[in-house]
Amino acid sequence: MTTQTAPFFQSIGVVKTQFVELFTEGRLQLDCGATLGPVQVAYETYGTLNPDRSNAVLLCHALSGTAHAAGRHDPDDPKTTGWWDLYVGPGKPFDTDRFFVICSNNLGGCDGTTGPSSLDPATQKPFGLTFPMITIADMARLQKALVDHLGIDRLLAVAGGSMGGMIALQWALDYPDSLEAAVVIASTPRLSAQNIAFNAVARQAIMVDPHFNGGNYYDRERPRKGLALARMMAHITYLSEKGLHDKFGRRLQDREKLSFGFENDFAVESYLHYQGSSFVKKFDANTYLYITKAMDYFDPFPDAQTTAKRLAPVTAKILVMSFDTDWRFDTSRSKELVKILNWHAKQVTFEVFSSPYGHDAFLLYQASYQQSLASFLNRLYLEHSNATAGAPTGLEDGVDDIV
Amino acid sequence: MSRLRIDQAVIAELVDEKSRVLDLGCGDGLLLEYLFHNKQVRGFGVEISHEGVHACIARGLPVYHGDIDQGLSDHQDDAFDYVILSLTLQAVRRPEFVLREMLRVGKRLIVSFPNFGHWRIRAHLAFGGRMPRTRLLPASWHETPNAHLCTILDFQDLCHQMDIRILRQIPLAAGGGLPTGLIRSGLSKWLIPLSAANLLAPVAVFLLERGTP
Repeated sequence: MTTQTAPFFQSIGVVKTQFVELFTEGRLQLDCGATLGPVQVAYETYGTLNPDRSNAVLLCHALSGTAHAAGRHDPDDPKTTGWWDLYVGPGKPFDTDRFFVICSNNLGGCDGTTGPSSLDPATQKPFGLTFPMITIADMARLQKALVDHLGIDRLLAVAGGSMGGMIALQWALDYPDSLEAAVVIASTPRLSAQNIAFNAVARQAIMVDPHFNGGNYYDRERPRKGLALARMMAHITYLSEKGLHDKFGRRLQDREKLSFGFENDFAVESYLHYQGSSFVKKFDANTYLYITKAMDYFDPFPDAQTTAKRLAPVTAKILVMSFDTDWRFDTSRSKELVKILNWHAKQVTFEVFSSPYGHDAFLLYQASYQQSLASFLNRLYLEHSNATAGAPTGLEDGVDDIV
Repeated sequence: MSRLRIDQAVIAELVDEKSRVLDLGCGDGLLLEYLFHNKQVRGFGVEISHEGVHACIARGLPVYHGDIDQGLSDHQDDAFDYVILSLTLQAVRRPEFVLREMLRVGKRLIVSFPNFGHWRIRAHLAFGGRMPRTRLLPASWHETPNAHLCTILDFQDLCHQMDIRILRQIPLAAGGGLPTGLIRSGLSKWLIPLSAANLLAPVAVFLLERGTP
């Protein structure tokens, strides 16, 4: 199993991020009680919206993702490839020959959508920690406003991995009439104490950085070391122990012998440092604080009564997928979600895949995962194109004897 | 193209229209799809193999990838009108537990299983002296997934012991193709008198419900 090196011609090609200003009149109402407006949204679209506007699919990105899900910004630079390009493009599961695919940078992000690094219209200075607390439901609410802006009443699917899966689930709960299906991958109905603990340590790493300065660092040296440390730690949780060991083992980095000092003796140390330092070039520390907090708060099913009430109007088909070595959001977390949904007789499909790659597996190529995702989306497409609506596949008249 | 197995066709006949169905060990989802389209049922399959799950997804059927045990504990009491266990009972680890869970989540159960009392199996062991292998039970003893084989009489005993009411028992004979539309009228040719069933029927289908103790 290797990461697919899809030829560029199978890609959607060169894409550009677009920007729109929403809530120029009225304001975005947030769960914390505060409001925001205007709100800028960075988004990309791939494929063509059909005349009856019924083939749209929304992708939700995870913590560090962006609006750039597929294609390249620079045709000659593979590093500008979108985060889910393996699964989004012509002939891929999110088939851009069939679907109109939308991906936007999340609320609170740092890739073009309004977040703590944006200018507060009131002060003309970056929000910093004066940015209001946001939730997963707030992120979905802003996406809904974008989808409305694009003139789409109903999405064929809302899909995402990790935190993106939480947003997709939120859509199914909050906008039951606006989607046909939700695809929730490597995700969870709530963070466990361990998940919250990891997020808490990551936030501490940022906030104890001497350059953090209460979140006001946009005109000076940024809390790079704290953010890098947060990322290094989180990155360990994205990989499985086996995956990490298979990749690095106890190999030494640029040396023959142990240093008997505190340099980077091991290749895995050097790898993590690289992950940390490359992350700080593209990510804002305050966004990291806000987004991890939003994940911590996510808990759509806190008790039986609320759960029943929230699930009553839900009609979406829900596909839940998990990977067996994921320990960021263990398979048991997906099963927890499936159980909640089954208990309320929702239309759920659940599949677990064997992968050595841990949490990150949802971004990587795996044939069985790709097939299931493609089959599910293909079926949605067929049910909505009149041609074969609902016809049984491959069932002959007659019976086979078995003895 | 695939066709329903005869036991599946009989099961399909037993399911009421527009009911809610749980199919345990649903395989490629053929029976469930038939029920969805011909009986307008709603419901759900549980399947352990990726191949089966893929096939169900491609047919647009909700399916749970995993063990029958977990597939059942997810559901509320009486959540289904029918819980189907088609040629799977003999392969589950704890048949009594599974039947009890099925009784909990389903109002009625439909169970089909290979009858180990069939004369061919008896003859195979009596005269061949080796563990029987038939078209229905093709695996050799050391690699078969079938851990709990039983006869029709054994199954009747278990039902009695577990306070399960047998609403119908349909022993099936071997045979060739039969158009599904004609099943109801043509079914009689497949049926075997109950008295001789344990000897003559290679497969049986049972319709069950909770007994009143």
